[in-house]
Amino acid sequence: MTAHQMLKPGRKTSNTLRVCVHIGALAPLLWLYWAIPQGVLGADPVKELTHFLGIGALRLLLLTLCISPLARALKFGLLVRLRRPLGLWCFVWAALHFSTWLALDLTFEWSLIGEELIKRTYILVGLLALLLLLALAITSIPKLMRSMGKRWKQLHRTIYVIALLVCLHFWWSVKSGWIEPCSYLIIALYLLWLRRDSIMSYVHFKHRPVAHDNGASS
Amino acid sequence: MLLKKSANNRILGSQITPEDVYLNRRSILKSLGIVAATGLSLNSHAGIFDQLLGNDTPSEKAPRKPLAYTPGTLDPGLILTPESKVINHNNFYEFGTNKTDPARNSQHLKTEPWTLTVEGEVEKPGTIDVWELMETAQLEERIYRMRCVEAWSMVIPWLGIELGPLLKKFKPTSRAKYVAFETLYDPEQMPGQKSRYLGGGIDYPYVEGLRIDEAMHPLTTLALGLYGKTLPPQNGAPVRLVVPWKYGFKGIKSIVKIRLVEKQPPVTWNILAPHEYGFYANVNPSVDHPRWSQASERFIGEGGAFSSSRQKTLMFNGYADEVASLYSGLDLRKYF
Ligand code: HEM
Repeated sequence: MTAHQMLKPGRKTSNTLRVCVHIGALAPLLWLYWAIPQGVLGADPVKELTHFLGIGALRLLLLTLCISPLARALKFGLLVRLRRPLGLWCFVWAALHFSTWLALDLTFEWSLIGEELIKRTYILVGLLALLLLLALAITSIPKLMRSMGKRWKQLHRTIYVIALLVCLHFWWSVKSGWIEPCSYLIIALYLLWLRRDSIMSYVHFKHRPVAHDNGASS
Repeated sequence: MLLKKSANNRILGSQITPEDVYLNRRSILKSLGIVAATGLSLNSHAGIFDQLLGNDTPSEKAPRKPLAYTPGTLDPGLILTPESKVINHNNFYEFGTNKTDPARNSQHLKTEPWTLTVEGEVEKPGTIDVWELMETAQLEERIYRMRCVEAWSMVIPWLGIELGPLLKKFKPTSRAKYVAFETLYDPEQMPGQKSRYLGGGIDYPYVEGLRIDEAMHPLTTLALGLYGKTLPPQNGAPVRLVVPWKYGFKGIKSIVKIRLVEKQPPVTWNILAPHEYGFYANVNPSVDHPRWSQASERFIGEGGAFSSSRQKTLMFNGYADEVASLYSGLDLRKYF
């Protein structure tokens, strides 16, 4: 790589990074395909798998949120091309996490599943996050994206809410020890704080459809 | 030793060697229609596990001595959890909060010599040399269900003695209403006690307790071994409590002190989260944990992720006939 390319990363670099994202998100799943039958996940593989996929989904979510601040900091606009694959992979991991719970943990016992969904707040929070992620995944089809216009941007801002919901879900799901979920929450809050201006204007916009000019965009 | 004989707790008269017992057990398993011999699949699991997770190689594992004992019987319908899963899937936060941490981090625990102090409301306080006890006591194999509060379960062949007669040797006074237990406190050996992060935010030493009638119940066991040998450190070497009708966290590990007391003693998980873990912690499918259902459990047996089996949780973990009378008149919803 020449010094020029280092300073002004272009489409080629972003393509390479995209391939890295795909490999990075897919490889652990392929590894699981091999590892599960081998018994590598230990004596209670279902729980281990739930945790592995849950944590993975959260990390992908936070990575997605890192992209635009990074693109700005590195002055590398094309980096935002990583957002879509990262977000979609986050959804895939979260969907697998949910499927593990549904199929392997509760073994499709619908009465138990219904009961758990109603009774456990952390499960309900997880479900809400998953449904929102599903909405974002569906609307990332380019055609829909274009036809939605401005509403697309509004919808995709719910990723901030999803990040907080997932951290809450994590926090409530652990038996003891708040340090790990708390560190993820701090990272999420930091990533939101970086966008405080746009989030604030979004919040104001939502609550005040009729614009009263009192510094909403400050 | 006279014991109330029951299907769950039957003592065979003859004393046979551990090898015989293994052969015996294999034929039991075969007769139950389990094709895979326990030992085989275990070894392959353990091997891969060790390689990939960087576990200690067998030579670095704490040595386990074979013990002489009176064999027990497996209840009809029960299937033993393979030994490698019993000793590689542990909650022992003193060595880390992940299930595989204890097996990895505990192998250097110095368990010999080990003394167990019995004190408090007793006429003759004293200490027990645990390794001497292991040689002199008539050890029994007790095959019990083990139900973790996290909604998974195992069936484990413990070796040990009944707690009650041992306590009686110290002559409890009439004021002895409860029994308090304490785990070793040694942050140099137990990384979880040194670091709050590794230890899951628990205040150590780990403490547990039973009502005196629970402690004197014939099912209540002071375990000194499992699967024919002394306990590995991760399972609470050299001496731990086993109370099969209660959630697993009542089975305090690596005990150094037993204190008979008049008032209900504080217990670790109850201190940490009082609305989630009670003093009694009796297995009860109709009283849920605030964050998950206790109505069913994942049984940890031979299979892997795709053959995981969920089974109904039984009242008092299946020992209701033996222990329900201890709690007549007690509101088990309030005293969970
Ligand atoms: C209906 C949807 C969901 C269900 C039913 C669900 C279920 C669960 C369960 C059962 C656990 C383990 C709790 C335990 O340790 O006992 C868990 C943990 C977790 N979940 Fe979810 N979840 C859902 C959605 C999500 C989503 C959308 C994400 C992230 C994008 C997520 C991320 C996590 C994380 C990070 C953990 C903690 C893992 C750990 O403790 O290592 N979950 N979830």
